[in-house]
Amino acid sequence: MSQPKLMQGNEACALGALAAGVRFFGGYPITPSTEIAEQLAEQLPKVGGTFIQMEDEIASMAVILGASLAGKKVLTATSGPGFSLKQELIGYAAIAEIPCVIANVQRVGPSTGQPTSPAQGDVMQARWGTHGDHPMIALSPWTVRESFDVAVKAVNYAERFRTPVIILLDEVVGHMREKVVLPADNEIEIYSRRQPTKSREEGYQPFTPEADLVPNPADFGTGYRIHVTGLVHDDTGFPSGSPKITEQCIKRLHEKIDCVKDEITHYDEFFMEDAEIAVVTYGGTARTAYAAVEEARAQGKKVGMIRLMTIWPFADKVIKQAAAKCKALLVPEMNYGQLVMEIERAAAGQTKVVSMPKYNTEIFTPNEISGAIDQLLSEVAK
Amino acid sequence: MKDYEEYFRTNRLPHIWCPGCGNGIVMKSIAKAIAKLDLDQDKTVIVSGIGCSSRASGYMDFDTLHTAHGRAIPFATGVKLANPELNVIVITGDGDCTAIGGNHFIHGARRNIDLTVVLFNNNIYGMTGGQASPLTPTSKKATTAPYGVVDRPFDPCQLAQAAGATYIARGTAFHAAQLPDLIAKGIQNKGFSLIEAITPCPISYGRRNKLGDSPAMLKLMSESAVPLTAYGKLAPEQQEGKFPIGVLHESHFGEYSKEYSHVIERAEGGQK
Ligand SMILES: Cc1ncc(C[n+]2csc(CCOP(=O)(O)OP(=O)(O)O)c2C)c(N)n1
Ligand code: SF4
Repeated sequence: MSQPKLMQGNEACALGALAAGVRFFGGYPITPSTEIAEQLAEQLPKVGGTFIQMEDEIASMAVILGASLAGKKVLTATSGPGFSLKQELIGYAAIAEIPCVIANVQRVGPSTGQPTSPAQGDVMQARWGTHGDHPMIALSPWTVRESFDVAVKAVNYAERFRTPVIILLDEVVGHMREKVVLPADNEIEIYSRRQPTKSREEGYQPFTPEADLVPNPADFGTGYRIHVTGLVHDDTGFPSGSPKITEQCIKRLHEKIDCVKDEITHYDEFFMEDAEIAVVTYGGTARTAYAAVEEARAQGKKVGMIRLMTIWPFADKVIKQAAAKCKALLVPEMNYGQLVMEIERAAAGQTKVVSMPKYNTEIFTPNEISGAIDQLLSEVAK
Repeated sequence: MKDYEEYFRTNRLPHIWCPGCGNGIVMKSIAKAIAKLDLDQDKTVIVSGIGCSSRASGYMDFDTLHTAHGRAIPFATGVKLANPELNVIVITGDGDCTAIGGNHFIHGARRNIDLTVVLFNNNIYGMTGGQASPLTPTSKKATTAPYGVVDRPFDPCQLAQAAGATYIARGTAFHAAQLPDLIAKGIQNKGFSLIEAITPCPISYGRRNKLGDSPAMLKLMSESAVPLTAYGKLAPEQQEGKFPIGVLHESHFGEYSKEYSHVIERAEGGQK
């Protein structure tokens, strides 16, 4: 364990990515994400890595995908408008199965919005922002230390499943300073992408999936001479117009994530054993919610909390269980009401789901959430 | 020296291009340039955008990357910076390079990153059926300019020069013997190189503009293209309708990946 340090979520995110082996960053400045780029501009060359500031966010996304194909672990970071610009190539990474991590420090939108106040308005964009059907992994930390851990996880998942992974920070966590103790190098579990185990002569095809449904396309420059395209392709990597191949290709992309869904769906449950109502929350908002829930418990109220770290794939199971035993779920979010729609879907009418949106640039106060809890308790008592 | 044919994925042929399309001549010229320089086939990467021309990457037996429309240059920048020992060649169309990819094009040139960009200029959006591109000459017709193009085309060579490219050449599909040499020199240049290869698209451009079939379009190229020195000696009115070919520009500036390796050395040594 290292010495305690005072740092921001953005800084912890950059350090986590470095610890996980990221050696290439391409980006374009935008508040409130810029500290991630600034940290890595300084740190990457010290470990032989590369930082490049590109001409825009599209180029930033393209440059990391090129670097990933040449064998590096890669990261880009952005906010709001920049996240919108990256979407086409996030889809490219999904279909071409290029490991990459995108940190999006959310701010108020749409468009330039209310720079650079906090929001959690990109939850659905993280899932569906690029066109077409594709799986998505998105992780949202709630503390500075967890920003480090989530960055490590994101890099590991990107490498292991060969897919884009989004770190959904929000301005609250990104800019919050906390005292953290970072793990020592030997306490950090690191995963690096698999390399081919067969030669071309032995029948190697770059996009043939292994048992985990993940293929092993070789890094460029290693002698396999592979072809990578954003077109639907078969196991050879070359485009195919066949309906059957198209179906297989899209299906496998989804199934490789579906089959590890339980493993990668991370969440915390607090006071849930006998909870009558539960607050379901994530990111910076979860900090405020926790204060309100703790206080409610101190007053003997039967309130619990579920804090989601994995936003996508969505934590259906735990929400379904909570819906089966709680009389209501309260969902505070710094947006017009986004993740609440997934929670309603997972709850499937078993319980009342109450949206608590806030989108006026201000973060929640514990009092607001306490008030909503009390009101809900009195409603369900009727 | 390998025969250039060894650089093709013959099992991926025949190609998708129309009869009379000039793309094959330009693609072959790239293979010939690679053969001439005897580049390591396993250390050479071809990166392309989206368009008829960009399909060439799939036919060439290297590590190949068929990217998104306009984005070949930043993808290639990532490949080169991640592994500077790789030779990186970019294949792009006129729309791909100078419309949707225009910003990446000038910034690649400005950085002087060691990429060899072969711009297949057929003056039109071929793949999508003949819409105007930023290199369609004024008053020529396109499906989206049925009354003729109103605006002026870029000169991509001048654009690249102003942006900082350190090697610039222009050739045509008619001058098929010269094109491989122009490309080979670009590969040898340690920096951003542009080779504009003018190539006929009889189907989406020639037909609508009554330029005749492919041989007629090639003949027109042979008449309009003038070697640079001879072109310089023409009076302005004689230059009308003609364009210079050959090596148009060479200059020296630090190459980006090399310069960044010095940053790494300084940072690793604890200096600023
Ligand atoms: C983002 C995006 N916009 C538009 C298209 C549609 N599109 C495909 S190819 C093309 C134009 C290609 O023209 P050019 O680059 O000149 O290449 P050519 O086909 O003539 O070789 C366009 C507009 C696309 N694929 N992606
Ligand atoms: S449309 Fe034009 S550029 Fe495309 S293949 Fe046909 S002739 Fe070639």
